[in-house]
Amino acid sequence: MSAVARWAARVLGLPALLVLAWWAYSSVSQSFYVPAPPQVARAFADTWLSERLVDDALPSVARLLAGYALAAVLGVGLGVPIGLFPRLRATAEPVLEFFRAVPPPVLVPLIMLLAGIDDTMKVLVIVSGCVWPVLLNTVEGVRALDEVLSDTCRIYGVRPASRLRHLVLRGASPQIMAGLRQALSVGIILMVISEMFASSSGLGYTIVLFQRGFAIPEMWSGILLLGLLGLGLSVLLRWVERRVLFWHWSHRA
Amino acid sequence: MTTTAARAAYGLGGFACLLLVMEAAPRLGLVDERFLPPASRILAALADELRTADLWAALAETLRGWALGLAIAFCAAVLAGVVIDAVPGLRAASHSTIEFLRPIPSVALIPLATLLFGASLGSTLLLVVYASFWQVLIQVLYGVADVDTVADDTARSYGLSRWSRVRHVVWPTALPYVMTGLRLAAAVAFILAVTAELVIGSPGLGLRIQIAQSSGAVATMYALVVLAGLVGIAVNLGVRVLERRVLAWHPSVRGEAAP
Repeated sequence: MSAVARWAARVLGLPALLVLAWWAYSSVSQSFYVPAPPQVARAFADTWLSERLVDDALPSVARLLAGYALAAVLGVGLGVPIGLFPRLRATAEPVLEFFRAVPPPVLVPLIMLLAGIDDTMKVLVIVSGCVWPVLLNTVEGVRALDEVLSDTCRIYGVRPASRLRHLVLRGASPQIMAGLRQALSVGIILMVISEMFASSSGLGYTIVLFQRGFAIPEMWSGILLLGLLGLGLSVLLRWVERRVLFWHWSHRA
Repeated sequence: MTTTAARAAYGLGGFACLLLVMEAAPRLGLVDERFLPPASRILAALADELRTADLWAALAETLRGWALGLAIAFCAAVLAGVVIDAVPGLRAASHSTIEFLRPIPSVALIPLATLLFGASLGSTLLLVVYASFWQVLIQVLYGVADVDTVADDTARSYGLSRWSRVRHVVWPTALPYVMTGLRLAAAVAFILAVTAELVIGSPGLGLRIQIAQSSGAVATMYALVVLAGLVGIAVNLGVRVLERRVLAWHPSVRGEAAP
């Protein structure tokens, strides 16, 4: 029992203190922009536990996941050949580095021009930002494969398909996961921005709508929801990573 | 031909291919010229833009927001990291808070920034500082946790003061991590600086892209996007050079430099 209590104190202690400090501050300050925590909590329940969850939050998440998945497939699919063939790598890498250096949000107006303002545009925007970390990390991972292992594969005549599966993809997977982790935070940023620009639904749109209507507690509740979403997705990704890379960690420990 | 020269030649070839495709696709009618102008027109627009004083002023605004925000975030994060490490129990207690605050995308703060600062440097700074603070803080925390216990105990038994221990034991251990954090944060800070300008409309490169888009100056818009990419590369290179200089004594850099 005391172990549980100690764990709770460690995990919840500082957040509780911070919320209390926030509460104290909001009751002293008369600022319109600083609502008290109960107000935000009430706004959160009223706003997000209704049809808005289905109308705004779920489509946002669906677009994010679609773009993210597409970027992962594209990134790994292009990264493996680029990593395997040195000449292709020397040709492509500077161009890729350039595309990665372009801040992804500046592509939003550009993609709006090319693809209109529907769901396709939002998914494309997410893909355009997420694909670079995955692609470049895959290239790095494939390039750094153990040479002894690849020579062994060649000598034993392992067929290309199984070589790809057991040597290349598995060997590069720690780097690929690192790329996916970076891509997730880029993806959330782009999801919100694409919706702030031109949209009639979605989390980004709703939060801006609240801000323009000076619905301050509701706006805060939207920010809170985005935080929870980011936290949830990164916990999920860490869980996936632990399952995919269990051999890697057990090997290193 | 040396390998470096060959690599450079291949790289240039890659860029030439890209330019060729971007020139040919609109001219052959594969894509609509109104949406993707040929590469030559984009480069001409870039040259035109570079001759205007407005562009340089916008670029200076963007870089000012970037540098100021990065500096504030860096100092705050290093300070916070050292304090979290120095106060017993604080690391365990702060873990859940950091893990919750970190994934909040800083663009979620755009509405708040708009309310508090409007379209000004303050909005840019709020977003940039929030985004880059976590990048540095996480690295600092990894770094200070990596201190060799034997070295620390040795310093302790030789009677080094707390300050000298931080200066001579903790800081050199953490520095490579801190530099990695700075490199990540520099890229993120540039992205967020441009984003704030693009979405909120604070002055800078992003605002000019937004104006070019809404006024239908397509070639100029592409030119500005290319420029943003070039600045991004310059930022990356700059931080890498700094990293090599600061860590010149570190085995990872010394090993690289050896023949």
